Parts: sequence; structure tokens; C-alpha cells
Amino acid sequence: MGNLSDSSIKEIKKIAEKYPTTESALLPALYIAQREKGWLAKETMDDIADVLELPKVRVYGVATFYTMYYKKPMGKYVIQVCTNVSCMITGGEEIYEHLIKVFGIKSGETTGDGLFSLLEVECLGNCGNAPVMQINEDFYENLTIKVVDEIIAKLKK
Amino acid sequence: MTEAVLLSRVELKNSHTLKVYEENEGYQPLKKVLGKVEPGVIIDDIKESGLRGRGGAGFPAGVKWGFIDKDSPKTKYLACNADEGEPGTFKDRLLMMEDPHQLIEGIIISSYAIGVETAFIYIRGEYHKEADILDAAIAEAYKGGYLGKNIQGTGYDLELILHRGAGSYVCGDETALMESIEGHRGNPRLKPPFPAVVGLYGGPTVINNVETLSAIPFIISKGAEAYSAIGTEKSAGTKLFCVSGNVNNPGVYELPLGFPMKKLIYEVCGGMKEGRKLKGVIPGGSSTPILLPDEIEDLELAYESATPGGFMLGSGAVIVIDDRWCMVKIAARLAKFYAHESCGQCTPCREGTTWTYKILKRIEAGGGQEGDPELLLDIQDNMFGKTLCPLGDAAAMPIIAIVEKFRDEFDQHIKEARCPY
Repeated sequence: MGNLSDSSIKEIKKIAEKYPTTESALLPALYIAQREKGWLAKETMDDIADVLELPKVRVYGVATFYTMYYKKPMGKYVIQVCTNVSCMITGGEEIYEHLIKVFGIKSGETTGDGLFSLLEVECLGNCGNAPVMQINEDFYENLTIKVVDEIIAKLKK
Repeated sequence: MTEAVLLSRVELKNSHTLKVYEENEGYQPLKKVLGKVEPGVIIDDIKESGLRGRGGAGFPAGVKWGFIDKDSPKTKYLACNADEGEPGTFKDRLLMMEDPHQLIEGIIISSYAIGVETAFIYIRGEYHKEADILDAAIAEAYKGGYLGKNIQGTGYDLELILHRGAGSYVCGDETALMESIEGHRGNPRLKPPFPAVVGLYGGPTVINNVETLSAIPFIISKGAEAYSAIGTEKSAGTKLFCVSGNVNNPGVYELPLGFPMKKLIYEVCGGMKEGRKLKGVIPGGSSTPILLPDEIEDLELAYESATPGGFMLGSGAVIVIDDRWCMVKIAARLAKFYAHESCGQCTPCREGTTWTYKILKRIEAGGGQEGDPELLLDIQDNMFGKTLCPLGDAAAMPIIAIVEKFRDEFDQHIKEARCPY
């Protein structure tokens, strides 16, 4: 142990009490750990396995199934651009390709300064405001390349 | 205009708070039935209302509840499916953000009717703010005596747990959703046994969509007849239609079932953007077969509606596509989605979705070969109906429709060895 903070461990144990089984707390536990560490290193997952008394492989299996658990370090701002149909036909693909050029990285990569990670994602469930992207936990809607440039410039400051 | 069933409060300031909800008839339906009306009577009411599941399948909600053995010695569960992941769908988001207490009240009444004392809301991971709003509303409901022990002094107990997904479309399938709540990978289960018999933690389980459960307070308050009077004979009530794509006013609209598709696009949504021509409409989420302009001519948005193009109401997600768009490209994008979201458990889906995407990408890039359209159809045929969960069907249906209805575009791509768009 010694990786996850005591407060995270406490939080995980508290959540586990709510559920009919302890292992049900695995998804929330991974979120708690990711919030503290920024991503899920093997050692972090091992800690979760210890706290919830689960085989380590169970934790790895779940963490690798779901895309929102990061298995490598991410930038300060994780930009998720939707290119599914509703966004694609309203300009989402151009926005994604623009960001590839601006940052000089591909989907899943992080800029050298550690500021931005770019992810091409599937439908974010906000198609009425397409094209959309999420930066960390916030939605940005009805985007144009100009608006995206302004958002990025603001974040760089 | 028909009376709003689901969106009566969304325009109010602070509509997400308990105070505003209570001031606008909120939790009155619950007080009317909890401890006063027999659970079986409520189930009969819901059956009589004609309410059908709004997640996409359209199964009668009351009948689903009726499958639960009320004398089962096992613990029963209810899960609200808020894993709104079908591309084009964004209606449950509105209900959760603007009227979370309506959903919570629907969950409490439903749980009481089914005999459930632990309920879950499974919300997709990308809905951060939505989950925060729900969390706050749940806390308010506990404080207000609507959740927890001895609700409103009736002796009825209910715990409600908000469980966040983490980025997986397949978890919208009810058996995968249960796996995810139990802390597993979201691999769908073999059916039967159905969730009503063996569901969450082995107990009888009901899974209903956000929109379905949000309609319950209205039905209890105004009566089954008032609900079934709206809509058509086989499709009772109102439905949230979420329109996206190349229209002037995309958004969520509550309309009586049976509403004409053309009127939705050209009047409610203000018509095609920049006066462009309609090329096709995906009528009920990305899994439903695309319709051509002449196929929506007299189409009414109801579960029983049929059109030569094979209409499915689905989740009510209408994606409107104008004539600038290449249909091979659209098909390739859809195929990419299903290939990404296939959980990999069933071979036909795991392999079929990936092959489909690779072939479509190749055609779009100018590498199409004679026989590719037939090959695509053959692959879809090998997926359709051959997987544990509906993802295989969902992946196959849109591709079959696009290949068949826009065959000339495929032939042109192959002949000219390029995308003509």
C-alpha cells in the first residue's frame, strides 16, 4: 500500500457499505483513485484490490474495459471531441482535425507541456448542441473552429 | 398542443430543486398512493395506461413489472437506465437536469409497486453535471422524507443509489448494465433467465428507462385514462423526440405519439438548415434503419407505424441528414462506433463490426472492390440475431439499410475509386 491516500481509502470503504456487495464499489473506487492520481497506475489498482479485497486481475479487467478510466498519465485538460454522426454532419470532424494540427498530437496523446490530451470520442449524448466536446467535466457546445481556438487560448493562460 | 406530461416544469426557474418541485404538484402522486393503494393496483394502472418502455424497445412497462414474482423470497431490485448512449439521443439528460425529482418520484412509486427496497440509477459516465444534479436531488429527497426509512410515515423503506458508468455503450443493455452495477466488465448475460427472474445480485429486477419512469407521477396523478387518451391506440402518451443534425432548430420536443415526422422536421424544427435538401433521416437512434425522404411522407411517429423503408421509433432520436453528405462516409462512421463499442464477447459481433468498418473505410478511401456491397450485406446477415445482446442487431440494421437504399453511391465509389463527395 502507501499509494492511495487515507482519505480516498476511507471514501471507497464508505461507498462500499452502500451497496449489497463490496465489489459493486469497484467502479466508484476507480473514479476516486483516478481523481486523486490523475490516472490509474498498476500500483493504484493494486491498492484498490486490497481495499475491496478483490483479486488484482478483477480490478485490471474492469479498468481496461471502460474508456473513462485512464491507463496512462493524461494532460491537465482532457479534450474529448465527438465525431459521431450528429456531430460529424455539423462540423465535429473538422474540429477534431483542427485540434490534431494545433496540438500536433493524435487521439490518445498528450502535448509535450502536459497541458492537453486529445481524445476522439463516441456520442456524448448532447447532440442537440452539436458539434460538442468535453474538457475535463465540462461540455462545450455549438462549436466552430473559431470558438474552439478561443477556448484553447483561454486555457493556455 | 397536448398537455405536457414530462416537461411541464422544465421552463421554471430552479426546476431541479425540491422546493420548486413540491410547489408544482411534486410528490403529491406519491402521497396519494404510498401506503394507501395496493401495489398490485398500481401495476394494473400502469398496464392500463399503455405506457411503453422509452429506452428503445417499447415493451409495455406494466407488463414488465408484472413479470416480477411478488412472492419471491429473494431481494428485488429496480434499476433506472440513464446510460443514454444511443448516438443521437439526449432526452434523458434534459429530464435529469431539469426535473430530477420527477424521475426520483417515478422510481419511488415504481419501487413501491414492485416491492423493491433498493433501487439504482445507472447514469453514463460522461454526464458529470447531470450526475451532480441528481446526487443533490437524491440528497434532498432523503432529507425531505421521500427516500430512506419509513417514507412519509408509511413504513415503506427505499434506498436509492446513483451509480456512474465509465464510458461503455453496451452497458445500456440491461444485462450489461447489471454487470456494471455489480462491479464487473460490461459483458451482457445470456437470456433467459431474464432480469425479472434472475437480475441484480440474483434477485428479480426491473430495468426501466429515465423517460419511462418520469411518466409515472403523471399517470398516478391524472389517471391511466388521461395518459392513454394521448397518442395513438397502440402508442399511448407523449414521447420526447430529440432532433439533431442539419435542421434549423435541433433540440428535445415533447409530442404526442403519432405526430407526423414531416411536421416534426419542417415545422417544429424549422426545416432544413440553409434551405438544403433532405437526403435521409435516421428516425430512432443510430441503430434504426435510415429512411429516404419519400419514406417519411406520411409517417407517423408511433411504435406501430410501418413504412416501406422499415420504420423503428427506437429512442426517439431523429438525426436529419442533408444532401451534402456521403452515405458511405456516414455508414463508415456508424460502423466505427459499433466496432469500438462491441464488448468482444460474441464472435459474430466482435469480428463483424470490425470487418464492416474496415471495408467501409476502404470503399470511402477509394479502395472499393466489386462485390464489396454484397460482402457487407453478408457480414451483417452473419451478425443479425446471432449475438447475446442487441448490439449485433443494432450494428447490422443501419448498414443493411444504407447499403440497400444508397447502392448507387457505393457503386460510384467503387467504379471511380474515390469518394465523389
